[in-house]
Amino acid sequence: MAETSVAGYAAGGTRRPNLKGLWTALAPWAFPIALLVVWEIAARSGLVTARLMPAPTTIAATFWRSLLDGTLLVHTLASTERALIGLAIGGGLGFVAGVVNGLWKPAETLLDSTLQMVRNIPHLALIPLVILWFGIGETAKIFLVSIGVFFPIYINTFYGVRTIDPQLVEMASVYGLDRKALIRRIILPGALPSILVGLRYALGFMWLTLIVAETISATSGIGYMTMNAREFLQTDMVLLGIIVYALLGKLADVATRAIEKRVLVWHPAYQVKPGDGQ
Amino acid sequence: MSAAEFHAQESAGGQPISLSRVEKSFGKLNVLGNFNLEIPAGQFLAVVGRSGGGKSTLMRLIAGLDTASSGHVGIGGRKVERLHPSVRLLFQEARLVPWQRVIENVGIARGPNWQKTARRTLADVGLDGRENDWPTVLSGGQRQRVALARALVSAPQILLLDEPFGALDALTRIEMHRLLERLWTERGFTTVLITHDVAEAVALADRVVVLREGAIALDIDIDLDRPRQELADPRAVDLQRQILEAV
Repeated sequence: MAETSVAGYAAGGTRRPNLKGLWTALAPWAFPIALLVVWEIAARSGLVTARLMPAPTTIAATFWRSLLDGTLLVHTLASTERALIGLAIGGGLGFVAGVVNGLWKPAETLLDSTLQMVRNIPHLALIPLVILWFGIGETAKIFLVSIGVFFPIYINTFYGVRTIDPQLVEMASVYGLDRKALIRRIILPGALPSILVGLRYALGFMWLTLIVAETISATSGIGYMTMNAREFLQTDMVLLGIIVYALLGKLADVATRAIEKRVLVWHPAYQVKPGDGQ
Repeated sequence: MSAAEFHAQESAGGQPISLSRVEKSFGKLNVLGNFNLEIPAGQFLAVVGRSGGGKSTLMRLIAGLDTASSGHVGIGGRKVERLHPSVRLLFQEARLVPWQRVIENVGIARGPNWQKTARRTLADVGLDGRENDWPTVLSGGQRQRVALARALVSAPQILLLDEPFGALDALTRIEMHRLLERLWTERGFTTVLITHDVAEAVALADRVVVLREGAIALDIDIDLDRPRQELADPRAVDLQRQILEAV
C-alpha cells in the first residue's frame, strides 16, 4: 500500500491526477450504490414489506415494462410539455418584467411593490382558486407552473439589470452607444449570470409545482401516473414516478449548466486556465 | 519643429478648448470658481493637483459629462452642452466590457468597417494578435492599451485622460508614456492629462497647470525636446521641483 503511493509520487504529475480524477468521478456514486444494495437485501430478506418498499430490481423491471408498453413515455411527455409551456409563459413574463422594471424607474415604482406582495403568497395555495377558475384542464396546471417560475426569473433579472457596473454604462454613453446598443451589448449580457441563476431556481419550482398540480387534478402526466398507481397499491410504480421526477430535475439542471458554460465563456469562473488540462 | 507645425500635417488634428468664468458647485461645495483656461488645438496639457482639487470635475466639464453651474465651456468655438463625438475619455480603470472580446471592445460603437479599423488601431498600440482574447486574461497595462485603442479608433480631436496610468507598475507606466507620446505626435489630438504624478506631467506635457482649491496655482510651459528621455534631463528635474512647490 505504502509502496504504491510512493510509486505514485515518483511517477510525478502523470499518475496522481488520474487516480485523483477517478476518485472524484466515482466518489459521488458510492453512497447511492451502497444504499441500493442495502435496500435490495432488506426487501428480498423480508426485512421491509415488499408491498410498501419494493426492491430496486422490481422497480427496474417496472421501469422496463412501462417503457416497452409506452405508458412511461406518454406520461413523461405530457408532464414535460406542461412544464415547458409554463416555463416559456411565466419565465418570459418574468424576464420582460425584470428588464422593464430594472431599466425604467416609473415601472418599478408602479409594479415592484405589488409583485413583492404577490410573491409572498405560496403559489400552491392558489390551487383551489385555480380549479374554480380553470377547472382541472391543462390551463390550470400551466397557470400554476407559470406563476411558480415567474418570480425567480423576475427577481434575478431585475437584480442583474440593476447591478450593472455604472462605470460601464457611463463609458458606453461616452463612446456614443445609443439606448438599444446599450441594452443589447452592455445591460443584458451583464445581467445574464444573474438571469441564469434565476432560471435554475425556476426549473426547481417548475417541477415542484407540476408534481403537486398533477397529483390533484390530471388525466395524464407523471403525477397522474403515480396517483393512479397508488389506487391500485402499485408501490413500484409510485417509486418509479418519483425517480423520473428526480431524473427530469437533474436533466434540467445539467441543461442550465451547459447553457451557462456556453454563454458565460467570458467569465473568469468559466474559463479554462492554461495548465488545467481538458 | 514646434508641436503645432508637427500637427499641421495630420488630418484629424486637434480642437481648441476654452473655459471662461466657469463655476461648478455641488450643493454648497464650490469646486471651481471663476475658472479660466485656454487650451490651444493640439496642445498636450497636464493638470496636476491634490485629490479634491477639482481635477476630475474640470475633465468631466470638458467631456460634457457634467454641466457648469455658470460660465462657458467651449470646444472649437462651440459651447459644450452634451457629450461631444470628437472627445474621447480614458478613465482611471480601463472599463473594458468583460463579455466582449478585445476587438469588440475597441469597436464598441461599431460603425462601418469597424473590425478593420479596430484591428489596425490595436496593432498601433502594440496588441496585434490579441484581438480575440477576453479582457479578463489581459494584464493591467494591456487593458489600458485596449482602452487607448478604443479611444483612438474614432480619430478623436480631443483626448482626455483621467489618471489612466495610476494603477500600473513603474516600467509599464514608462512604456505607456512612450506609446502615448508617439500616438499624440502622430495624430495631433488636443490632450488633457489629469495626474498627481509630477514626473509624469513633465515627461509628457507641453504645459502643466497646477490646480489648488479650484483655482490655477501655476501655469508653466515645458519646453523640452521630444521624444523625451525620462529623468535624463536636468531641466526636467528643475521643472518638477517648481511644480511640486506649487501643488
